[in-house]
Amino acid sequence: MVNLNVNLGRLHLANPVLTASGTFGYGREFADFIDLNELGGFIVKGTTLEPREGNPYPRMAETPSGMLNAVGLQNKGVDYFIENIYPQISGCKSQVIVNVSGAKIEDYVAVCEKLAPLDKIEAIEVNISCPNVKQGGMAYGTTTDGAAEVTAATRKAWPRHLIVKLSPNVTSITDIAKAVEGEGADSVSLINTMLGMAIDVERRKPMLSTITGGLSGPAVRPVAVRMVWQVAKAVAIPVIGLGGIMSGRDALEFIMAGATAVEVGTANFIDPSVTVKIINEIRDYCERHNIADINELRGII
Amino acid sequence: MTVVANEAAGSYHLLKVTPADGRQLPEMVPGQFAEVDVPDSKTTFLRRPISINNVDSADNTLWLLIRKTGAGTASLCATETGAKLNIVLPLGNGFSTAATRPLLIGGGVGIAPLLYLARKYNEKGVRPTLILGARSKGDLALIEEFETVGDVFYTTEDGSHGIKGFVTMSEAFTAEHDLIQCCGPMPMMKAVAERARQLGVECEVSLENMMACGLGACLCCVEQDNKGHNVCVCSEGPVFNINRLSW
Repeated sequence: MVNLNVNLGRLHLANPVLTASGTFGYGREFADFIDLNELGGFIVKGTTLEPREGNPYPRMAETPSGMLNAVGLQNKGVDYFIENIYPQISGCKSQVIVNVSGAKIEDYVAVCEKLAPLDKIEAIEVNISCPNVKQGGMAYGTTTDGAAEVTAATRKAWPRHLIVKLSPNVTSITDIAKAVEGEGADSVSLINTMLGMAIDVERRKPMLSTITGGLSGPAVRPVAVRMVWQVAKAVAIPVIGLGGIMSGRDALEFIMAGATAVEVGTANFIDPSVTVKIINEIRDYCERHNIADINELRGII
Repeated sequence: MTVVANEAAGSYHLLKVTPADGRQLPEMVPGQFAEVDVPDSKTTFLRRPISINNVDSADNTLWLLIRKTGAGTASLCATETGAKLNIVLPLGNGFSTAATRPLLIGGGVGIAPLLYLARKYNEKGVRPTLILGARSKGDLALIEEFETVGDVFYTTEDGSHGIKGFVTMSEAFTAEHDLIQCCGPMPMMKAVAERARQLGVECEVSLENMMACGLGACLCCVEQDNKGHNVCVCSEGPVFNINRLSW
C-alpha cells in the first residue's frame, strides 16, 4: 500500500491531486465521469463578490500543445455559490477549495468574510494572477507590494488555510512568493496562465476578443516546473504545482521539483476522467519504484 | 469507438463508428453532439465537437459527417477503417421533436444533424420538409438518405443544384410550418431567424461556437442570451430557440 496522503500545513489531502480553478466548473459537471470523492480536492471556479459576465466571445484559441483563454472570470458570484452550490458539495469527502478573485482589496475581503462561516471550505485560493481582467487580478500579482497587500488583507478575513495563486508573468516569481509568505499565506500555488496572443492571419484579426489571453496546457509545463522548483527552494510554506499536467508522470515532475500537491487544469477539457487516472498513475509509479510514501519524492531535485 | 467505415459524402467524410467493446450506444437526441479526440496530431490539442448525423440502431453505429476545415478535422477525415477514436457523447440538449409540420434547414455541413432529426420525426409519423443549402452541388451530401426521410428542396449559391441563391429564397420557406429548425453558418442562421420572425414561425438554431471542454466547465463557447447573460453553447445548447438569444 502506497501512502498518497499529503498535508499542506494543517490542510489534509487524501492524495496530492487537485483540480485547477476555472477548468472544473463547480465539480458537478464532471460527476458523470469520475467519483469526486476520489480526488485530493477540487478548486471551484474563480468566485467574485458580484456576478460577472466575463469577456465577449471569442474567448478561446487552440495553440500548439495548449490553448489561450480569455474567459475573464465569468461566474455567478459568491452568494450564488453559497446558496446553490455549497449545499450540493458540502458532503463531498475530498476538500472543496474556493478560488477567490476581485477587482479591489475590499472585494477579496468581502468574499472571504462570506465564505468564512462555511465549515466544509477548509481552504481558499486567492487569485492574484488572472491575466484576463482589467482591474485587480494580475495587477496585484505582478508586484511584491500588490501581492503582499492582497495577502495581508485576506489573511485577516480568512480564518483557515490560505493559498495564494501566483502569476508567471513576472520578473522574479520567488520575490512574489516570499512577499506573500511574509504576509501569512499558508501555501502558494503556481503557475496561473502565461500571457499570450494568437492571430488569425487569413482574417488579419486577433483570435481573442481581448487580443491577449492566458496560455495553458503542456506548452507551459517546463516553465511551470522550473518556477515551482525555484519557489520551493525560496519559501518554507508548501507549494502547489500546476501547468500542463496531463498524466501521472507530469504530476511527478512537479512533486520532484518540490510541490506538495498538484492541480490538473486544461487536461480536464480533453479527458474529463483524467484526474482519477493521474492518481492511479502516481500510485502505480510508486509501486513500481518501491516508494512507500509519496512524500519521499517531494523536492528530490 | 472503432471506425467501421469512412466514406466520401459530397465534399465531406462520413465516419461510421461503433463502441469498441460491443456495448450498445447510449440514447441520443437529434442535435446533440460528440467530442472527438484527434489521434496522432502534431498541431491540435483539443477534441473536435461533431454533431450526430445519424444513429443506426440495427448496426449499433453512429454516423459523423465531417468537413475538413483544419488540421484536426483533416486528421479525422483520414481515419482508416479499424482505427480507434476516443469519443465523449452524447453532449448538449438537442432539437425538440414535438412539431407536426417542421421545416428543417441546413447549410453546408450543417445539414448533418438534420438527418437524425428527420428520422426521429418519421418515427412519430411526421414527414418533415427540408431545405438544404450549399455553395455548390458538391457540398450537398447524403441526398438519397434525406429524400427518404422528408420532402427536400435545394438551394446552391452557384445554381448547380436546386434554385440559385440562399435557403431563405426557397419556395418551401413558408408560414405553413409550425417550427423551423436550422443548422449552418452563423450568417445563414441569423437570416433564417429573421425570416422566421417575419413569418411568425417558431425557430430553433444549432450553434457551433468554438469549444474546449464540451461540458460547460471552461466557459469558452458562450453566446449572449436575451437577458445579456453569457450562456454555454455546449451545455445549455447547442440548440436554442431564437427567442432565448440576443439576436
